[in-house]
Amino acid sequence: MGVGIQVNQLNAWFGATHAVHDIQIDITANHATAIIGPSGCGKSTFVRCLNRMHETIPNARVEGTVKIGDTHVYGNGTSAVEIRRRVGMVFQKPNPFPTMSVYDNVAAGLKLNGYRSHRDLDEIVERSLRQAALWDEVKDLLKKKSGASLSGGQQQRLCIARALAVEPEVMLMDEPASALDPISTSKIEDLIFELKQNYTIVIVTHNMQQAARVAEFTAFFLSGKLVEFDKTEKIFTNPGDKRTEDYITGRFG
Amino acid sequence: MMQSKFWWRSLQDKVMVGLAAGATLMVLVPLVAIFGYLVYKGIGSLNWNFLTQIPKPVGETGGGMANAIVGSGMILLIASLIGVPMGIGTGIYLAEFGKKRFGYLIRFTADVLNGVPSIVIGIVAWSLVVVYQKHFSALAGGVALGIMMVPIISRSTEEMLLMVPQSLREAAWGLGIPQWRTTLSITLRTASSGVITAVMLSFARVAGETAPLLFTTLGNKFWNFNMNQETAALPLQIYVYAQSPYDDWHRQAWAGALILIILIVISMSLVRMAASRGVFKGGN
Amino acid sequence: MLKQMNGPLLKTKAQPNSAGPSPEEPAALVPRRKFEHKSSRFADATFRYLMLACALSVLAIVVLIVRELILSSALARHAFGFKFFVTQVWDPVSGDFGALPFIYGTLVSSLLALILAVPLSIGVATFTTELCPQRLRSLLSYVVELLATIPSVIYGLWGMYVLVPFLRQYVQPFLAKYFGWTGLFGGYQFGYSMLAAGIILAIMIIPIVTSITREVMSAVPTAQREGVLAIGATRWEMIRVGVLRNARTGIMGAIILGLGRALGETIAVTMLIGNRPEIAKSLFAPGYTLASVIANEFSEASDDLYLSALVEIGLALFLITLLVNIVAQLMVWSITRGSAQRATA
Repeated sequence: MGVGIQVNQLNAWFGATHAVHDIQIDITANHATAIIGPSGCGKSTFVRCLNRMHETIPNARVEGTVKIGDTHVYGNGTSAVEIRRRVGMVFQKPNPFPTMSVYDNVAAGLKLNGYRSHRDLDEIVERSLRQAALWDEVKDLLKKKSGASLSGGQQQRLCIARALAVEPEVMLMDEPASALDPISTSKIEDLIFELKQNYTIVIVTHNMQQAARVAEFTAFFLSGKLVEFDKTEKIFTNPGDKRTEDYITGRFG
Repeated sequence: MMQSKFWWRSLQDKVMVGLAAGATLMVLVPLVAIFGYLVYKGIGSLNWNFLTQIPKPVGETGGGMANAIVGSGMILLIASLIGVPMGIGTGIYLAEFGKKRFGYLIRFTADVLNGVPSIVIGIVAWSLVVVYQKHFSALAGGVALGIMMVPIISRSTEEMLLMVPQSLREAAWGLGIPQWRTTLSITLRTASSGVITAVMLSFARVAGETAPLLFTTLGNKFWNFNMNQETAALPLQIYVYAQSPYDDWHRQAWAGALILIILIVISMSLVRMAASRGVFKGGN
Repeated sequence: MLKQMNGPLLKTKAQPNSAGPSPEEPAALVPRRKFEHKSSRFADATFRYLMLACALSVLAIVVLIVRELILSSALARHAFGFKFFVTQVWDPVSGDFGALPFIYGTLVSSLLALILAVPLSIGVATFTTELCPQRLRSLLSYVVELLATIPSVIYGLWGMYVLVPFLRQYVQPFLAKYFGWTGLFGGYQFGYSMLAAGIILAIMIIPIVTSITREVMSAVPTAQREGVLAIGATRWEMIRVGVLRNARTGIMGAIILGLGRALGETIAVTMLIGNRPEIAKSLFAPGYTLASVIANEFSEASDDLYLSALVEIGLALFLITLLVNIVAQLMVWSITRGSAQRATA
């Protein structure tokens, strides 16, 4: 089951550049929230603050609080490693591990966490691949095909399976379909529909139709600030802020 | 189970980071030790006498390595006269003219040449020059070192020339400048500091070589300016003195080594300065 | 990059002509251009052949190397045949020559050097590419490369008067006391030994193994590192799974290149290895390598057979290093080509 995310006064910097300003947002459990906005508005940076990936960049800094369920992500005793296990991430460009088979790709996170028994691994790998709607396509070649030899859409679903295998509570997706063809994109979108039931999803997208299709809630970012956050329906039919309306109607971005 | 496993993983992480840092420190130790000892043991003997006198007869203290320093200079000059034109020429060929297969063959051969042990090059120079002339000579040593310089210069020259944007060449052709002029005055000139860097690098590399000189130049206790005779060379002198039973010669070996490393460090620093100044001047 | 050079030359020449002489340009200019074009054709051809000659001379040199080695070793090859490589005797006086002790010495000293150098090199490469603060990075890599500029004879000098006494006084007694049971640390402690040679070789190959390892590690795309971190890995796990694993072919190549360098190293080894043509189990015993015997005995070889045997050793050394270097080049080449493919995957 997924958990909710509460973000309070979140600020993030790249060196001296203030990329994300005073974000205040509550993300509902077991729903999909889309983050939209023009290029460079800070949506990816914001999302990467949720699983403490932002701080891996040299000279990056984060201030503010993020709570995932009952855990303070930036709390004193909290380890980044643990957060990243609980919050799965799918990147814009699929990045399967090329030196590993499909099976090993999915199992990578599990092996790190100490699952050694073949039965356990087999079970979880199959479950994750099924959840990612990839099982039928790879079940015969699990250990023979390398992660990088799949097609683009398959690779991305493999990355999703890999993220799901460690049983996260939240799934962050940073423009997961932007590098894919339309058919793969629609497969991924169907996937998100399924995943919503068990996970909390945050999806960054520059494709407004996609946001409208998959997400119940949408947040509009502009220049590092959260301009408007509401039910997707409202954002796209009757936005409260003029800037939102301008973006939606294509006046910029 | 996940919790204790995590503690173990965290420990592993810290240990590995520590080991990596430790390895770095361990590698720095010999570096510091070598340079330190060179200065410590050699600085006392570096005086005007040492730099201007030739070795004294066995048993007598004093004397210097002046003839070895000059001899090295002579041998390196011969080596450069052979190695630099051939190396640059090969580099130019590979960058500007080399067709797919043949160019690949040349490049591969140059890499092979690069990996040949210096003593084997010494054997070949001996066989080609010493046996033919029936005596040892600075020329033979120069040939050996020149051969060693060719692949180093060639590869770097090719790289530097390839970095010059094609638009520059096309601009020259468009003005009606012939190919050979373009290559020399435009392309090579643009890449010049990179090429000079490569030449100096190869120079620094062969300046310290001893093995190819062992049975080509042989060494000489006296002054010699005739390239057709045996000549003293700095690395050779250090090698002989270091293995001798005389303490005074050991002392001189350290001094000679210090001079050698100073000369190399100077040329490497010049290389660094030239490289950072403007490898790309004139590009784009 | 390797374009047809004559094509563009003719093409760009054609443009001004095809445009036709403008009213300002007298027609006399056109024939003048043609004249220049002809003479530059000759100069161009000469230039091209000159450069070709340079390139061919590289080929010629390698051919010459092989030729001289084969010819000058003919005497010994015919005298001993393949037995040469398995005979343990090296007796110039009676004219009986066998290369086995040298092969053993070369292999063992190089292997020892690899065992010592590789973990350190990978450690340094990991530290400088992944772990250390940005500011230190270029400084540290510069310092490690400084080690590569030190000439062999200086390593030998330092080895003789600093390393060997140190080994004799501290290291050898320690090893003999606690690890003597392995049989590797027995016998009289000269100092000048396989151990000393192995250590100095290790120091000498660390720079090259480190720099190539750093190169291949840096070539691993950031997306791979992030992918591992995102599933909840520690820093070391990220390096292990995301970087080292992806770079492993290149690292193998770096190791083999280091091996190639160690095999051919002459002067420092000759000064430290003790120069005794014997095969002994202990690392404390003196040894002799292929390169060292040539260095020591070539200029004093009194008869043709002796010389020829030494040249044959040179031939063996050449072939061994050739093979090792080719294998290494292939591995490094496959990673630098492969990584370009993976980055777009």
